Amino acid sequence: MKFDTPAGTNPIDQLKVVGRPTDRIDGRFKTTGTAPYAYENPAPNAAYGYVVGAAIAKGRIASIDPGAAKGAPGVLAILTADTAGKLTKGDFNTANLLGGPEIEHYHQAVALVVAESFEQARAAAALVRIDYARGKGAFDLHAAKESAQPSKDQKDIKVGDFAAAFAAAPVTIDATYHTPDQAHAMMEPHASIAAWEGDQLTLWTANQMINWGRGDVARTLGIPKDKVRLISPYIGGGFGGKLFVRADAILAALGAKAAGRPVKVALQRPLMFNNTTHRPATLQRIRIGATREGKITAIGHESWSGDLPGGGIENAVQQTRLLYAGPNRLITARLATLDLPEGNAMRAPGEAPGLMALEIAIDEMAEKLGMDPIQFRILNDTQVDPEKPERPFSQRQLIECLQRGAERFGWSRRSATPAAVRDGVWLIGMGVAAGFRNNLVTKSGARVRLSPAGRIIVETDMTDIGTGSYTIIAQTAAEMMGVPLDRVDVKLGDSSFPVSAGSGGQWGANSATSGVYAACVKLREAVAQKLGFNSADAVFTGGKVRSGNRSAPLARAAAGGEIVVEDSIEFGDLAKRYQQSTFAGHFVEVAVHGYTGETRIRRMLAVCAAGRILNPKSARSQVIGAMTMAAGAALMEELAIDKRFGFFVNHDLAGYEVPVHADIPHQEVIFLDEVDPISSPMKAKGVGELGICGVAAAVANAAYNATGVRVRDYPVTLDKMLDRLPTAGPQGSP
Amino acid sequence: MKDDDFGITRRGVLASGGASFAIASIPPARAEIAPASQPMPAAMKVALTVNGKKRELEVDTRTTLLDALREHLHLTGTKKGCDHGQCGACTVIVDGRRINSCLSLAVMHEGDEVTTIEGLGTPEKLHPMQAAFVKHDGYQCGYCTPGQICSAVAVLDEIRRGVPSHVTRDLNARPRATNDEMRERMSGNICRCGAYSNILEAMTEIAGRRG
Repeated sequence: MKFDTPAGTNPIDQLKVVGRPTDRIDGRFKTTGTAPYAYENPAPNAAYGYVVGAAIAKGRIASIDPGAAKGAPGVLAILTADTAGKLTKGDFNTANLLGGPEIEHYHQAVALVVAESFEQARAAAALVRIDYARGKGAFDLHAAKESAQPSKDQKDIKVGDFAAAFAAAPVTIDATYHTPDQAHAMMEPHASIAAWEGDQLTLWTANQMINWGRGDVARTLGIPKDKVRLISPYIGGGFGGKLFVRADAILAALGAKAAGRPVKVALQRPLMFNNTTHRPATLQRIRIGATREGKITAIGHESWSGDLPGGGIENAVQQTRLLYAGPNRLITARLATLDLPEGNAMRAPGEAPGLMALEIAIDEMAEKLGMDPIQFRILNDTQVDPEKPERPFSQRQLIECLQRGAERFGWSRRSATPAAVRDGVWLIGMGVAAGFRNNLVTKSGARVRLSPAGRIIVETDMTDIGTGSYTIIAQTAAEMMGVPLDRVDVKLGDSSFPVSAGSGGQWGANSATSGVYAACVKLREAVAQKLGFNSADAVFTGGKVRSGNRSAPLARAAAGGEIVVEDSIEFGDLAKRYQQSTFAGHFVEVAVHGYTGETRIRRMLAVCAAGRILNPKSARSQVIGAMTMAAGAALMEELAIDKRFGFFVNHDLAGYEVPVHADIPHQEVIFLDEVDPISSPMKAKGVGELGICGVAAAVANAAYNATGVRVRDYPVTLDKMLDRLPTAGPQGSP
Repeated sequence: MKDDDFGITRRGVLASGGASFAIASIPPARAEIAPASQPMPAAMKVALTVNGKKRELEVDTRTTLLDALREHLHLTGTKKGCDHGQCGACTVIVDGRRINSCLSLAVMHEGDEVTTIEGLGTPEKLHPMQAAFVKHDGYQCGYCTPGQICSAVAVLDEIRRGVPSHVTRDLNARPRATNDEMRERMSGNICRCGAYSNILEAMTEIAGRRG
């Protein structure tokens, strides 16, 4: 189905199933531990692989001697680049998944030891003797900044005359911000089980993008794509970290071939942070010039990030192209070569760190103008693409998000003067930020079946990484076919199913359900035809099909055998003609300890405008989860770099701190009523990444409002505030 | 709690820390000498009760309780998130107390009663805490969920039994299932999807006080 004109009224608009807060259909499996994740699929006779990671960041393996490991108890095979045969780097990988003799980054996999048991593989892996010749690498973004180059990922944007307008503006700010490297740190490690049957490879693997993964496994191993099957029905979190094939999958496949039996490999947690991808650090210079009345006349956003040779930028400037008006604009991104582990997408790549900086800058500017930060944002709202004023937003309710949120949060009680509100030893502050994330749409397919028993079975290679895909797909099919939710079975994450959008870039929910919509339209036609009804006026409801004064049970159409159809949604140029984005107003209240500078989040509210919300229950969970990750970004998350040896030091869940229960208060989410017929037949958009966009800045702004200490270097930790905290308050205590 | 639970003193930790530093400092030439042959690892029998069923296993003595459950008994509901006691995904209940099963060896559990997520309820017959997690959407990807649920059940039991926590203000009073108490006690169970707010709602319902 082509989607190239805005959606009219369609069966989804009935909202009998879609749009209702619905418990997840996979919930009873996940809560009882019966949902199988990659490492847990029954694989009789499977052997265990244990990965050895490189002990240097850059250089060469001088010699590798599996000697003692070879004779260790239970060992079946030892794989290294020397013995693995020819491997080709995947299209989506920046560094090779099996290193050697060249080493491209720390903890790059250099060997896999396969043994009868996990304990034997682990013990033998410690006996592999590797001598390295360490090379010189670049590990410091600040030092590499001057050498950074333009990137094909983001052309320079120059609108009007930024330099002149900024110089002429009566009120300006010019500030530089830093966001650190961050880790996805999903709870399920990257894991795979590989099994060969002749030349056919089956991989049970944790992967968000089945078709990309299938292609890259085939490419890496040099086998035809149709000889690879990926199965990934449950994925223990990804956040972008499982968009691509990683070493576990390739090494399991190679190990299984070498051992002549299935092999299971999970990346050890301490390996994950340096072995896999991460969100790259950024340096961002933001300059804003405005009239005394608060109209932006010049906005400049320049960003620097680093990656391995051949890698890409962390595009921290993309939201600045669209979020605020202003006739003179300068937007650039530069890429430095760094020899740290591979940088790549993490939840809301670009916008998440970009808004961490931009939305502090907006707060700073509002203060300089003596304006309320919400008012300043409202004054500079734009309903069109500032670079192409003839191109409108399909929907843009940013002002409504901010106003609704302000009312709900009690924003009027905020003191415009920082460090003015106290609760005992705690300094109290409120912060706000705009949330913005583009709505991407991408081709997505599905197969639907009507069984003789009247059940609807949906098959698509779409994945559910915690997002709720199973449930919204079931809701879509139930709505389209006029059956209750429990008459629908959803099968996901198998490369033998039609290719879907996959899970990434918050495009999954909207695109994948649209693909199911398209397949269901086809199934409705097939059913009407079987029943001898005119498909144009057939109504599917209550398990029946009605046309004029005739009615038949849906199941009757399949009485002669199951009906199977397949279709996909393909998007035309509506995304070009209209800017499609999602918006939020994020509100945070913090308490900062007057003596220690410890920050505690007391309240969080997100007001989101993101098209039709397909399942308000799971969509709300997406948003609070993203708010939680943003709380981590604001207050604690940072991969600490050893700049001498070039690796992330805090490479486990003890050292890389993420929010825990005690860090997160009750979170509130409001979805504004919105349908966006320009986005898709579902009239929906994504929310999974919108929820993280802007929140960290709202936390930082709240901490400033509490203390009067402006921190531009994330995370906002106590050491950055301690020596500037306001001195004694009433009764001599802060 | 017995005194000898603290058999390793702070001084002892410092001393042994120093010792391991000394070993790491041996010049590389000596560290390279590998043992001539590797003895077969020892296997041991262990009998324990898992979810009410007596189980007898013969395991490598290095096998953790977590791997015994997952790889030997095929009870894969208990998850391996870090294998280092940092995330809580492997939480199970042993003799009424929750533990990180990755931090204990299977052979240490001779005669113990182990309850895993599979022992709390089934898809057809959910435990009330499991049902509350579904109702309040107290999970997303589901990987930390069995550990969260085992912890949640054990936490409410700890509070009922009067076990104090770091945030218990009055050690002489019985702790109550307040938000602060539950959040503190659940903080060893990381949920990267960020379902904390909903998990608390689920626990609050089961604790019998509506938030």
